[in-house]
Amino acid sequence: MYWQLFKSNFIISAFTIGGGYVIIPLMKAKVVDEYHWLTDEEALNLAAIGQSAPGLVAVNTAIGIGYKIGGIKGALVGVLATALPPLITITAISYAYTAFCDNQYVQYVLKGMQCGATAIIINVVLDLIKKQWQKKLLLPFVLIAVALAAHFFFHVNLMYLLLLNGLIGLIFMKDKKYN
Amino acid sequence: MIYWQLFWAFVQAGIFCVGGGYASMPLIESQVVAGHGWLTMQEFIDIFTISQMTPGPIGINAATFVGTKVAGVPGAVCATAGFIFPSFFIMLGLVLLVEKYGDIGAIRGVLNGLRPTVVAFIASAGIGFILLALWNTETLPKDFTKVSLIGCIVLPLALAAVVKKISVIRVLIFSGVLGLLLGTFLGK
Repeated sequence: MYWQLFKSNFIISAFTIGGGYVIIPLMKAKVVDEYHWLTDEEALNLAAIGQSAPGLVAVNTAIGIGYKIGGIKGALVGVLATALPPLITITAISYAYTAFCDNQYVQYVLKGMQCGATAIIINVVLDLIKKQWQKKLLLPFVLIAVALAAHFFFHVNLMYLLLLNGLIGLIFMKDKKYN
Repeated sequence: MIYWQLFWAFVQAGIFCVGGGYASMPLIESQVVAGHGWLTMQEFIDIFTISQMTPGPIGINAATFVGTKVAGVPGAVCATAGFIFPSFFIMLGLVLLVEKYGDIGAIRGVLNGLRPTVVAFIASAGIGFILLALWNTETLPKDFTKVSLIGCIVLPLALAAVVKKISVIRVLIFSGVLGLLLGTFLGK
């Protein structure tokens, strides 16, 4: 299991461009949908804590997921697998990084992988929204729609949105039905 | 000792970096450009641009680049380790707290509010990625007819594979190979 965790985090980190919110849905697709180590709620809770805590979202979430799956050892394995690929690739290419990034074949591979990552994210988002829909609750939907519009169109800082929605949750969503 | 200085500089950046990769930029800058003078501003901006284009979490990429520039491979290890070090303990502490007190109404309420927000962030990244895949731009394209050939072919195929529950890793690798083939023979 540690090996599976290491392998999936390693490959996801090695091949995905774009930081936290690209890596998180991929991890979710792996540990929730493929391995069933965690539930949707647990994974999203960890991502929420990871975003609120200091440090990098992807790294924090990897630590949290690793811990939930395999305790301290799992957390170490998870974070190591996330940090190692950039360490290896970047030290390897840092002497010739412009040549590497400008290389058209490298560009083609990265472009293809970016499309693959897009497909996985689309699937994760649709799946999460579908499950939310089945709960037939209005408020979480409003929060999703407002936060999405505020972030995508108006570039409102993520931290303000978390603060605001955390507060809304604190006041209006204590009921267990929102779990 | 340069390695210790690098480690410590990134420990500080890691503690005070709230809000993920992009938020870490000014903190790292204050340490390595303004604080220690290890890099010029131009070098630093270059590093951040490349960190966004190379795979992996942006902050880790930046830490690795800075470390390599300043003190070679051991420097990269020290900088990255320093950046992760505080996260490890803070995150474990928070997860333990939530495990212990997650059933208390107030904490449950906050988490219930935060989860839809995270879904929104993922969706937002997803929309940006769709635009990037199909039109090579992260904002709404001015000309919708200027599509990316690779994107229009690989994205639907990858989606079909994902719906068929093919493993995430296989989808990524298959997409990369397909991108290489299409790009080489047809152009971007």
